[in-house]
Amino acid sequence: MDASSPALLVATDVCVTRQHKIVLDRVSLSLQQRQIMTLIGPNGCGKSTLIRVLLGLEQADSGQVLRHPRLRIGFMPQRLALDERLPLTVEGFLMLAHGAHKATVTQWLQRLQIESLRRLSVHTLSGGEWQRVLLVRALLNRPQLLVLDEPVQGVDVQGQLALYELIPQLRDELGCAVLMVSHDLHLVMAATDEVVCLNGHVCCSGHPDQVTIDPAYLTLFGQQPVQPIIAPYTHHHDHQHCLDGHVEPHSGASS
Amino acid sequence: MMAWWLMPLAAGLILAALAGPLGSFVVWRRMAFFGDTLAHGALLGITLGVLTDINLTLALLLSCVLLALLLLPLQQGSRVAADTLLGIVSHSTLAIGLVSLSLADGVRVDLIGYLFGDLLAVEWQDVRWILLMSVLVIGLLIRYWRGLLAVTVSPELAAIDGYPVRRLNVLMVLLLAVVVALAMKIVGILLVSALLIIPAATARSVARTPVQMAVLASVFGMFAVSAGMLGSFYWDTPAGPSVVVAATTLFVLSLLLQRLRPAV
Repeated sequence: MDASSPALLVATDVCVTRQHKIVLDRVSLSLQQRQIMTLIGPNGCGKSTLIRVLLGLEQADSGQVLRHPRLRIGFMPQRLALDERLPLTVEGFLMLAHGAHKATVTQWLQRLQIESLRRLSVHTLSGGEWQRVLLVRALLNRPQLLVLDEPVQGVDVQGQLALYELIPQLRDELGCAVLMVSHDLHLVMAATDEVVCLNGHVCCSGHPDQVTIDPAYLTLFGQQPVQPIIAPYTHHHDHQHCLDGHVEPHSGASS
Repeated sequence: MMAWWLMPLAAGLILAALAGPLGSFVVWRRMAFFGDTLAHGALLGITLGVLTDINLTLALLLSCVLLALLLLPLQQGSRVAADTLLGIVSHSTLAIGLVSLSLADGVRVDLIGYLFGDLLAVEWQDVRWILLMSVLVIGLLIRYWRGLLAVTVSPELAAIDGYPVRRLNVLMVLLLAVVVALAMKIVGILLVSALLIIPAATARSVARTPVQMAVLASVFGMFAVSAGMLGSFYWDTPAGPSVVVAATTLFVLSLLLQRLRPAV
């Protein structure tokens, strides 16, 4: 990695229009090495489109996405429905990843404690197990950027806490940056460095609140371990979104 | 002097072996209708071949490949509109082919032979074509197996992994076009997809991996060809449909067996 360009991924004024509807409006963000960014926003706000543009799966109509050349990306999709008629074991699925080796597969299955699933059919897994398998697939190429699209969707609270505990550990082990999408507007992973709130355009961004500072939070989240796993995020919007999609200044805005 | 049934049997077995892996992909990627459309459209190729007096196998191959490339955009994405459009292309090309064949003056073509296959008319010339093409198809399949499978499982993950998704999709429909063109001689235009799909569906109930399914589909297909030809010999039934009936019997048996034991 070149020291003069520490950003792994820079998006500048990305605009996307689909079927005469503006999906992304001048979205800019930049992701540094080892940074954890959480992308939040209501349904249909363009999160998935933005991820697809950042990954290069879709082209932006205007604006620019700069990825570090030869950037190794691990992507965990929101969901991946496999056709029942394709017989596939977990190992067979993982070995399809580019450059996957048995040794690496074993290593990551052990790391995520799902080695027992190795020879099972992918069609028999529970939702949580399948998500772990998808995460293993994303980790196989030792990514420099790990992209997780709603990793906690459909997972119970325990599973969510476990995953939010795991992600910062993975970041430390791999030294990778993490870009995570979440539909939860108010509670984010505490280890997040930057929260970006998206609704067509970037509404606001910032750090999650410091849980330990405010005594009110302490009573709310008192049961958490010393290191909080989940933290609230306070939005700072100077505008609001009307139902027809247009944006107007916040009625209570002081400016 | 070789036995008269040796050439047809050889052609049938080689094709069934080819249809195994290709048919598995057709099942996995839900391309059954696509394959059907290629087969129907190929009748136009036969017409053109008759009119221009070029080798019919070559005309078939070329028309299938051309149609496959034209229809490629319809294969990607699962838009409902694609279904309708495929249906229109499929049946209109069949109809245009039939009409233009009947209009062609002084040309007599064995239409029933093309619609339902004419296995017993297979000659050494055909077997040579089939052998040549199957070496090519099997070679390409083995070489690009992992990529083709990765794209089938998830085009997006495959794209992020750096697989050449577009080129692999083109390769997929080209291979299918070649096999459809060759299989027409055996089971005919109307039954081509049966030879692709039924053995693969039969194999699904026993297979635990994609490779197993592809190989078993080949084995079941070859068995159906042998049984069908034997039946056609004893009962004087048309060979192509007899092969499909044999394949279907095998499929029903596999369903019954599956009922008796828990699913894999």
